[in-house]
Amino acid sequence: MPKTSERGLFEQVMAETPGGETLITCLQCGTCGGSCPSGADMDSTPRRLFALLSAGMDKDVLESNTPWYCVSCYYCTVRCPQDIPITDLMYAIKQKAIQAGKYHQDSHAAFSESFIGYVERYGRSFEFGLATRYHLTHHPLSMLRKGGLGFSMMRKGRLNVTPEKINNLPQLTAILKEAKRIARQEA
Amino acid sequence: MENSRTYTYYPGCSLQATAHAYDESMQAVNKQLGLTFNEIDDWNCCGATEYFSVDALPAYSLVARNLSLAVQSNGSQDLVAPCSACFLNLRKTNDYMSKYKDLNSQVNQALAAGGLSYEAGALNVRHLLDVVIEDVGLEQIKTKVTKPLSGIKVAPYYGCLIVRPETGYNTEYPTHLDELMVTLGADVVDFPMKTHCCGGHMTQISEETAYELIRRLLQNASDYGADAIVTLCPMCQLNLDAYQNEVNRMFGTNFHIPVLFFTQLMGIAFGLSENALGLGSEIIPAGPALAKIGTVDEQKTRERPKRRDKKALPMPSMDSGGNE
Repeated sequence: MPKTSERGLFEQVMAETPGGETLITCLQCGTCGGSCPSGADMDSTPRRLFALLSAGMDKDVLESNTPWYCVSCYYCTVRCPQDIPITDLMYAIKQKAIQAGKYHQDSHAAFSESFIGYVERYGRSFEFGLATRYHLTHHPLSMLRKGGLGFSMMRKGRLNVTPEKINNLPQLTAILKEAKRIARQEA
Repeated sequence: MENSRTYTYYPGCSLQATAHAYDESMQAVNKQLGLTFNEIDDWNCCGATEYFSVDALPAYSLVARNLSLAVQSNGSQDLVAPCSACFLNLRKTNDYMSKYKDLNSQVNQALAAGGLSYEAGALNVRHLLDVVIEDVGLEQIKTKVTKPLSGIKVAPYYGCLIVRPETGYNTEYPTHLDELMVTLGADVVDFPMKTHCCGGHMTQISEETAYELIRRLLQNASDYGADAIVTLCPMCQLNLDAYQNEVNRMFGTNFHIPVLFFTQLMGIAFGLSENALGLGSEIIPAGPALAKIGTVDEQKTRERPKRRDKKALPMPSMDSGGNE
């Protein structure tokens, strides 16, 4: 078997998703797209995206907005007649698009990256920091409008302005560092 | 106290902030039901959907640290999560590590860097609602009801991740939350969109996408005459409650449907004080809907069943109650 880097995107995505090899059995039935609540905002339905992927049209797949509009509801996954883990494949395609620097709307990836930045720094998510940093950078106008909502949330004790931090952060950092090293080695 | 049950417990980040009402009401209800939850020491965030979008192996490893620490606590093998996203991530990592040997060894290699390990399948990951219904049982819950919720119409909202991917409940039309609400005496309305998505993180990155999904749910609950929506997921509660006014602004609608956690309604039916249940922290006030509890449903008792107009076409009709 060739090394991952020499394989096409189709093979890479299948190899890097647990159970992903089932994608080769895709019937192109369209049940996934028909079940997708956010399909209307996607440039390709999931069915079409998988057709592009298996046709080797890697650039179109990586530039597609489709995985970025996936809401992780798993309707497609439970309805797929071939038991393809579609939601997990969408995650894998997002990862590939980030690695290739080809994602359609960088604000979507930036949100995920800001979120995990806080998780890596504190061991916990930090909604106040995430909302302020991300929105100030990417949606400053909506930030102004939603300031009132943020204030209400704070007043009701639903938004902490200081982050929670786990005690054994060095342990978590070591685990994540090692996981990243293994992932790079596999690729 | 009759049967006391002990569980290992993973709260998740939301219960300390946006969903503190869920945390407070759960603790109050647990006391009534004899449930003891032992929190995992030094647990970390489950990564939500974000970490899996960026880097899969670190994402599984992040979750596995919690599983490993849960085993170390030497408590119950049943690990309970009240948040659907946490429940999914813990369950999925546990299941995938059992099913996929490569993933299992890679995750354990990463855990070893932190002096930890996890034997796949050692824990049984469960959602809070499942514990309440399957372990405590509706029979026992019924004996605790001192203030039946009669008069309030609730739409039971499950969202996605408590039923998908497969958890043993119906993936599209579950009824266990419906049954719990009936046990509490509430008037449960049909809610065809009960397992549709609340928009998840799309409220943050694509308002147009998220608000349309929220609008559909509010419209559906309203069409079926719900006074309140009851949920079991912090993200669902946040999206439907906190963004309801934004949805009204975008679509010119006028929804005022409070969104409560099932534990809050359990607490009310058990006669607990509103303060103990985190009531008042919702953005859409629940007061008007809760005021209906104990009132007789006038429509039900007064209105005679309408005679069918013999000339009418056989068309289905829907009650025109609700907020719009």
